[in-house]
Order: sequence, then structure tokens, then C-alpha cells
Amino acid sequence: MGSFKLGKMTLSSLFKQPETILYPTVAKKAPAGLKGHIENDIGVCILCGICEKTCPAGALRVDKKENYWAIDRFRCVQCAACTRACPKACLAMRPSYMKPSASMSEDVFFKPAPSEDELAAKEARKAAKLEAAMKAKAARQEMQEG
Amino acid sequence: MSQHTVIPFGPQHPVLPEPLHLDLVVDDERVIEAVPQIGFIHRGLERMTQTHDYNQFIYIAERICGICAFGHSLGYAETIESLLGVEIPPRAEYLRVILHELSRMHSHILWLGLAADAFGHEALFMHCWRLRERILDVFEATTGGRVILSAVIVGGMVRDQDAAMLQMIKDTIVGIKDEYGQLVNTFVNDSSIRSRLDGIGYISKEDAMRYGMVGPFARASNVNNDVRCLGKGGYGKLSTFDPIMDTSGDCFGRAKVRALEVLQSADIIEEMIDTIPGGEVAIPVKHAPEPGAQACNTLEQPRGECYYYALSNGTKYLERMRMRTPTSVNLAGMAMALKGCDLADVNMIVLTIDPCISCTER
Repeated sequence: MGSFKLGKMTLSSLFKQPETILYPTVAKKAPAGLKGHIENDIGVCILCGICEKTCPAGALRVDKKENYWAIDRFRCVQCAACTRACPKACLAMRPSYMKPSASMSEDVFFKPAPSEDELAAKEARKAAKLEAAMKAKAARQEMQEG
Repeated sequence: MSQHTVIPFGPQHPVLPEPLHLDLVVDDERVIEAVPQIGFIHRGLERMTQTHDYNQFIYIAERICGICAFGHSLGYAETIESLLGVEIPPRAEYLRVILHELSRMHSHILWLGLAADAFGHEALFMHCWRLRERILDVFEATTGGRVILSAVIVGGMVRDQDAAMLQMIKDTIVGIKDEYGQLVNTFVNDSSIRSRLDGIGYISKEDAMRYGMVGPFARASNVNNDVRCLGKGGYGKLSTFDPIMDTSGDCFGRAKVRALEVLQSADIIEEMIDTIPGGEVAIPVKHAPEPGAQACNTLEQPRGECYYYALSNGTKYLERMRMRTPTSVNLAGMAMALKGCDLADVNMIVLTIDPCISCTER
């Protein structure tokens, strides 16, 4: 028993670097795995809406007809459930926080219209798939007849 | 004949982190009776199991309480896994225990800081919370969140931790042990602290059992009801586990049990990291439970035993979800401990049950 048991630690604190930082002059280094905010690679997104159904907070809105993906960052709870559910892996959590906002609004991302080259490539992929399916069907019929 | 006075205590009070109201019936400076009242922050979270499927509700479960957030998501996930008859991979069980014990460490160190603040030791309060920040940094690096971790899913864990990350956890734990030892020495041996805690709010072993007290509040009265002794999940893989007990039954005993439990949790984490097996950390779970299926689960939260119950209706939306939290049990013991104490000791006694009103009201 006795008093001043914390004396050693308190005195040694005088000669140590401070534990705090001068925020916002000095920003804290974010770890690589930090769940900062969600980003959507809208060029890859197919607007399937699975993320909207998965979101427990109802923060996401996807409209395939209007061709957009929207997020209400005030509702988002950073659970990352949408990033795990995404079939195209276009959603990801980035290790930085969004800047403070003066108003509450949705971030809306419109999917860019495909260029002529992209449309041609898509048509070519479609035709190749169709041709492969026809070939497979013909092979199956041959096997059945043979 | 003396006249009794009723003094309202809370719901807004400097010593209370959360809203709890007490009607203190006092005779001069002595408390004759304390009548607790809750109901200020009920949010109807259990009802939300009917509007969110069982995978979505895990993020709501961890928002029941900010301090035992990981514990609630773990307790809920274990209940649903039991409801679905799912067995999770062994590595996930180990990772769950590591994060749960880290949560216990941060909860107890936070409490020790609050207790130091309540009895007027400002420097001790600052040092406790400074060390707690190291554990929050570990959470941030391993799960991506500091308080709400969203690390558990039904069927396992969200992220695996590689060897470097596990070593970082171990290094952090070993790194704070020396400084934490000095804090424990202060709590246990400093005469000014002992004079504020010794003999205050005494509860005997018989009373603790009669009122069904749980957690460190009960263990300070020598009642062992630590659910970790049952060896569920990763706790069954521990080489040995002896709960921290004390016989003093007063405020000092409760502070001592919590202070020593932090060191015990550090040992558990080190053992789990040394023996963690390889393999997957999650299995996909998509099916709905059988209609009418029921499951229950108990988990040792930092504040004591928490009981979970789930009832299925055959869909992904549960029919009923129920939790009995440690504070709702300990409030009865607290009201008893307050009988006969000095008015100046009320804040210490209320604090030593580590009240979590958010958990209690949900």
C-alpha cells in the first residue's frame, strides 16, 4: 500500500512524444483495410440491383431503366455487405473517409453509354456464344442419333 | 422521527455514460432505498428481425451497444448458426475468440478509466483510455472499423487475418502489458483508491446468488457463473481456463476482477494466436431455417452472461428474437447494494455494475 503509485508513469510521460496528433493539420495514417467509403466502378457495373437488396440500411438505389446507381452516404453503415454480394466485383471499400458535406444528398453515378467499339465487341461476344451453343446442340443431336 | 427525502439521480448525470434514473430515498446522508427506472432509449431493435433477414440483422445486432458491439454480433451469429444447424470452420472460431477477448480488454480498460474519473483520479483515467486506443487501432487494422467492426457473418468471419496481422495483434498485447501492469498496481495498491473503494456496496455470496447476478459483479462476490467455462466454440480449445474470482464483494473487488480479467484476456489471445489452425474462415449460408425451429445461446459479454433466443417461421425473416442482457439482471443487485450506503458513494456503486442501458433496452 501507499500513494502516488502512478508517479513513475506520469513522470515518464513528460519525456515522451504526445499520444495525440494535431488534427486536422496532421492527418492520421489510415490502415490498408480501413472501411472508409464505398466506390463503384460504374463502367463495370451491370446495374443488377443485388447490392440494393443486400443493403441492411437501404442506402443504395439502382435503376436499370434510368441507367444509374446511387448511394445515400448518410444512410450507409459501412458494413461492406454490398461489396461481398456484387457479382461483378465493381464495388469496393476505399481506405479514406469522405469529406464533410454541408447538405444531405445522394451521390448518383450514371452508367456511361457504350461506345461503338464496345457495342461491336458485345455483339461479337454474343454471336460467338450463339455459335458455340449451336455447335454444342448439333453435337448432342449427333450423339443421340448415333 | 426522521423524515425521508427522495432525490432523483439521472437520467442525465456526470457519472452515467447512459441514461438510468434512480429515485434515492435518503435519510440524512444515508440511502434507505433506491428505485431504478429505465426506458429512455428503447429503440425496438428486436422487432427489426421481422423486417430484415437474418443476414442483414447481424449489422443491427452489433448496434445494440457500442462497447459490446462485437459480442452482440457474435452471440447473434452463433444463435442463427445453431438455428440453421451450421458448423463454422475452426479458424473462424479462433478468430472470433481473439476479437471477442480484445473487445473485453477494451471494454474493461474503458470501465477502469470511467471508474478512475468517478473517484477523481484524472491522470489514471487518461492513462487507461490512452492504452485502450492501442486496442482500437488493432481493430481498425484488422477489421476496418474502430467500434462497430462488422467482422462476423452467419457462417464465419468476413476477413481472414494473415500471420503478419496476428503477430501485430500479439506485439500490441505484449507492448501494453508493462504499462497496464502499472495501472493495475495503482488500482490494487494505491491507498487513496483503496480508501474510496474498500467496503463500499458490499454484496455477500448468498445475496449474489439469490439475485442471480452475472459477470464481474458476481465474480467479485465469489460466484462463478462465467459462461466461458462451458468451453463453447474456441474457448473449448484453451489448455486451461480459470475465471478471476474475488471474495471481497465490494467496489474494490469488482474493480480488481475487471483489472485482472484484462491480463487473462491477453493470455487467451496469445494462446489462440499460437495455436490457430489454417483453413477457411467462412462457409456460405443461404438456406432458411425450418419452420418453428428454436435456438438459444449464451455468451460471456464483458458485463456478464448474455442470453439469446431465436424462433423461426420457415423464412429468412425470424418470427422472434430475444436477448437477456447482463445489466438487466444486475440492476436488481445494484438496487440492493445501494441500500444503506452514503449518498456520496452512490455513483461508485452504480458504476461498478458497469451499467449498459443501451443493451438492456435495445
